[in-house]
Amino acid sequence: MGVARYIKDEKGAITEVVYQSGMKIKPGYGPQDLADAGFSYETDLGEPGEFPFTRSLHPQGYRSRAWTTRQYTGFGTPEQTNERFKLMIANGQNGLNVAFDLPTQMGYDSDHPLAEGEVGRVGMAVDSLKDFLTAFDGIPLDRIGSGLTINAVASIMMAMYQALGETKGFDRTKISCTPQNDILKEMIGRGAWIFPVEHGVRLVGDSIAYAVKELPRSNPVSICGYHIRESGATPAQEIAYAFEIARAYIDTVAQRGIDPSDFVGRFSFNFNVYGNLWEQVAKFRAARKIWAQMLKEDYGVTDKKKLFLRGLFGGGGSGLTKEQPENNIMRGAFYALGAALSGAQTTALCSFDEAYTIPTPRSALLSLKTLELLMDEVGLRDTVDPLAGSYFIETLTLEMADKIKEEMAWVKEMGGIVSGISDGMIQKKVSQQAYEFEKGLQSGEYKKVGKTPGKEDEGADVELHQYNAAWAKSSKDSLAAVKRTRHEKAVADTLRALEKAAKGKDNVMPPLVECCKAFATVGEMADVFRQVFGEWQEPIFY
Amino acid sequence: METLNKIRVLVAKPGLDGHDKGAKIVALALRDAGMEVIYSGLHQTLDQIMSTAVQESVDVIGLSIMSGAHLPICEKLTAMIKEQGLDNVHLVVGGVIPNQDVQVLRKMGVAAVFPGGTSFDTIVSGINGLFQ
Repeated sequence: MGVARYIKDEKGAITEVVYQSGMKIKPGYGPQDLADAGFSYETDLGEPGEFPFTRSLHPQGYRSRAWTTRQYTGFGTPEQTNERFKLMIANGQNGLNVAFDLPTQMGYDSDHPLAEGEVGRVGMAVDSLKDFLTAFDGIPLDRIGSGLTINAVASIMMAMYQALGETKGFDRTKISCTPQNDILKEMIGRGAWIFPVEHGVRLVGDSIAYAVKELPRSNPVSICGYHIRESGATPAQEIAYAFEIARAYIDTVAQRGIDPSDFVGRFSFNFNVYGNLWEQVAKFRAARKIWAQMLKEDYGVTDKKKLFLRGLFGGGGSGLTKEQPENNIMRGAFYALGAALSGAQTTALCSFDEAYTIPTPRSALLSLKTLELLMDEVGLRDTVDPLAGSYFIETLTLEMADKIKEEMAWVKEMGGIVSGISDGMIQKKVSQQAYEFEKGLQSGEYKKVGKTPGKEDEGADVELHQYNAAWAKSSKDSLAAVKRTRHEKAVADTLRALEKAAKGKDNVMPPLVECCKAFATVGEMADVFRQVFGEWQEPIFY
Repeated sequence: METLNKIRVLVAKPGLDGHDKGAKIVALALRDAGMEVIYSGLHQTLDQIMSTAVQESVDVIGLSIMSGAHLPICEKLTAMIKEQGLDNVHLVVGGVIPNQDVQVLRKMGVAAVFPGGTSFDTIVSGINGLFQ
């Protein structure tokens, strides 16, 4: 049932429960379980808002501040995306999370042959600063922060965001963006990588080193266990691989002579809420503790706020079904409950129609209202870490921490995450697990309500977002207009400066900002990187 | 003798979409069902897919498309298959495919469509069925 393994006797009573991360669950828990596990309130939990932050980052949890809501939004043209941003903000959303189309994510302009059929499809098309100026028109950039879901060319988009802010009259120290910028997880799952591993990591390093000095309110990286989980990782692996990826980024920046204490406080994470409710709660509580301990012990970070595991806990895409799609509304509510019980600082939900395509305004607002309902109606703001002290949850949190640490140790044995990804070992493990899980789902060993093993459903009729091929034309026309009116010499000069930085050791961010301001296109900037860095040859494992 | 009769399948991810879990697990399922499977890796152009199909003399090209661009992609690929005279190669498609597009794809010449959530058994028997 669900994602866990349940063994039943002949009468249908459950005799054994094993969670995805490997913990065996007992029928009941009591004080002896905590005693056996050597549980200590002081060292394992600490007060809310105190090291190791198992209970909460803030002493009063959601009393002092409810979570930030950031539904993943963007499609078609910048005009349409702007309209949707404003709709979400008018309905209470207090952060943005920008979806880019695939050509933009892969560093191709809307008029590139490889972009055909994809422009504006899964997100908005961004070719130049002109598109950002339109998409963010009327958005108070000093009050609303923006997640930018882009990785291979995240450095370009962070530069673009600075250029946007400065063009709109916002000081760069006042604006806040969170580019995803996690290229290593793209290589494990999601697949929007371009450049070879070492160059990809260098770009992440450049953007972190730059942001720490120049964009102090921005979070230059958001490490996504989320997509690793969606690719087939267990919850324990999701956290473990994300932390090992974070370690790779910390090390690459530290090698430039920058003290980790100066930048780890700006790291952000993106984790999944899909799965068994209790396992998720234990996962997040254990993760806050392990992250704080890792930074303290391995990197000597002492400042309390810099030890926070900040980020978005949400989504849940793998749980959705095409069958009986309305069930996804309920699933979303329970996933969000799990996020709230885990003290998620920021959240977002997959919308019920996302088993089919990107959401309609109606379904996107339904997700937003689900999140609001938990905070304003159900009582999730009443008291911090309400499950603390539960014999079950505390035992499970300790066991989860052990599982996460085992996976981290496995990565170290392989020579670190970069080597594990370069030779495909992580990808192989994750896809094998995905295969085994899917077989279990099809045999009925795992269960999703509404799905009958061995039987395909036609799916239900739901109102769906429709793609319009005219958007591609609009993007191409707009791009042509930019190319006609911009100052070509300035474009060539700034691209040359970018090439020089890319070839050498200078940080690519300052020339990228100049390129963006000169209306160089995303494709032109990415082509400079392609020429200098080449492209990654992925190890084929399945 | 048995190996000679094995159905050879190229599992390919065309275009820019990088969500490859579906492609990989279907590749594993087809292999476990006794087929010869070649997985192309990500970000393949249609030209690359065609040339791999020819080089590997496959019987089936299986595309995995999650971005919603299945109609324009399949339109082009079915035309290329015809142009190159690969009449014996069957094109099948899986991924995020809305119901109303299944018939459109079939009319285009796609031999079978397996929308997300289709069981491995149905995919395996669907592909085997193309050769009976």
